[in-house]
Amino acid sequence: MRTETPAPRRLPSGAPRRLPPRLLAGSVLAAFAVFFVLPVLWLVLATTKTDRQLVHGSPLSFGSWGALRANWDALTAFQDDAVLQWLGNSALYAGISLVVTLCVSVPAGYALAMTEFRGRRALLVSTLVVMLMPNATLVVPLFLELNAVNLIGTVWSVVLPYSFYPFGVYLTYIYFTTAVPKDLLAAARIDGCSEFDVFRRVALPLATPVIALVGFFSFAANWTNYFLPYVMLPENDQMPVQVGVTSLLSNVPSFNPTVGSLAVERPQLALATLIAVAPVLIVFLFAQRFLVSGMLAGATKE
Amino acid sequence: MTTAPTAAGSTGRRPRGAARRSRAGTAFVAGYLVLLIAFGVLPTGYAVYFAFTSAGGTFTGFDNFVTAARDFRFLDSVGHVAVYLVCWLVSLVVFVVGLALLLHRLAADGTGKALRFLYYVPGALAGAAGVLVWLFMLDPTVSPVRPLLAALGFDTFGEVVAPGNLPVLFTVIAFWTGAGGWIVVMYGALNNIPRDVMEAARIDGAGAWQTARRVQIPMLRKWIVYMVILAFAGGAQLFVEPQLLSLASVGVAGRDYSLSQLTYDFAFQLNDVNSAAAISVELLVVSVSAAALFVARSGFFDAD
Repeated sequence: MRTETPAPRRLPSGAPRRLPPRLLAGSVLAAFAVFFVLPVLWLVLATTKTDRQLVHGSPLSFGSWGALRANWDALTAFQDDAVLQWLGNSALYAGISLVVTLCVSVPAGYALAMTEFRGRRALLVSTLVVMLMPNATLVVPLFLELNAVNLIGTVWSVVLPYSFYPFGVYLTYIYFTTAVPKDLLAAARIDGCSEFDVFRRVALPLATPVIALVGFFSFAANWTNYFLPYVMLPENDQMPVQVGVTSLLSNVPSFNPTVGSLAVERPQLALATLIAVAPVLIVFLFAQRFLVSGMLAGATKE
Repeated sequence: MTTAPTAAGSTGRRPRGAARRSRAGTAFVAGYLVLLIAFGVLPTGYAVYFAFTSAGGTFTGFDNFVTAARDFRFLDSVGHVAVYLVCWLVSLVVFVVGLALLLHRLAADGTGKALRFLYYVPGALAGAAGVLVWLFMLDPTVSPVRPLLAALGFDTFGEVVAPGNLPVLFTVIAFWTGAGGWIVVMYGALNNIPRDVMEAARIDGAGAWQTARRVQIPMLRKWIVYMVILAFAGGAQLFVEPQLLSLASVGVAGRDYSLSQLTYDFAFQLNDVNSAAAISVELLVVSVSAAALFVARSGFFDAD
């Protein structure tokens, strides 16, 4: 931000009044940055402490690399590298469903926005209704359904429900209705493109930002989903990392006083939490370039 | 504009083109339709069936709804959720739209990118992980904002989680994990407003405030409606925050606070899936009605 730049003397009389709002806006943005980041910072620092330091030391102090090392060793020692296995599972589940979600949701959102077909409105309404259904309630029927086709305990029991991503269909739908002019598609049709070519050669390239958005949100949602895999994949070696981490939680003495020598300490839990969410942050960092590029600006100039 | 000549010149070919397009539209949604039926419509229908039948499968009308409503915790939790929803929706709309506009206007290039990333970071901590972090934030013995809590007159965890504070606390937690993603969405949408529209507003002498109110916010309308609909449904399902809080405070605060907790209690403690489904159906009906209201008022489904 450039709040300090203007040369004070030569400015017209209106200028000094323009500075304070800018400063005010800057401080609002900064204040929210602190609000969003401070707890995360605390979490990161907590991984470098011993349980004693966590309670008695200053909250935002750095512990020691040795303590971090010890926490890591203790965490990986828990059930022979179970944490790494969980991470692999999460990547597998979120990865497959990401691919299916994109192949299915983007064409659907496009068709809902840019074409007229029988049942379009019914599809929009039912998608919205299903999206509003309390998730926890859907888990029991889903379980019964997948049990009927013998898929419980297989990868597909989470991958298939994950691949149904109505949120992504709506993101694509709104994107196409608000950002892609129909003239552009009409022009391509006049040029002799088939419907499929219009989609592939005209609409798809323009949709990069929303494809990135859908892909990222789908990945993040599936990675952090807890309840569904908890019910569908009861075996320890099939758990995704979110479920695994909470199985650690029940071994933390300060939350559950009944555990014995297998106890997990709070800084180790913090480390596990951090590891569990790190992939989402890394993907976000790389995807950000595509997420907010206003690629379409100026696509249809008269 | 190219629409006028096409409309006038190709009237004879129009039906065939429309039919072709309609077939293509159906083909594009086919894959999604299969998933929607299998993992959306079917389970929803199943849950509704549960709500109107007894454990043995016989039709019982509204008996399950009566059982749920007669529960002594029902009315309290309706009140809790209503108060929470007001706090949550107002703060979400005001701050998400406000921050996205400020970011879009002020923070150029590097700073804006960094801020968007920072705002999003807690989004990765959605669910249980985020609530756990906040349990520490709100506990004056370990919190990094201890001075702030003390200044507000809170010295113990018990004082912080007093019943009157809960709607605000849950709003803060939900906002912390949920707002960043929406800010990214809104920022992207702002970027898609054509440059000449913004330029025209500037030439007409519109200041930042005028541009936001008359140009940018109207163009964000669909996104805002969508956010409100989902936030309403999500807020009505409030669960993880009070559930973990009651775990951490040993049942002092947050126990049987929300309707979803009541659902959970019916389904997994009392083994009454049918009454649980009845509450879910009520939540669904309320959310759908709210959504219908917003959709009808905003032209959300129009293809243009």
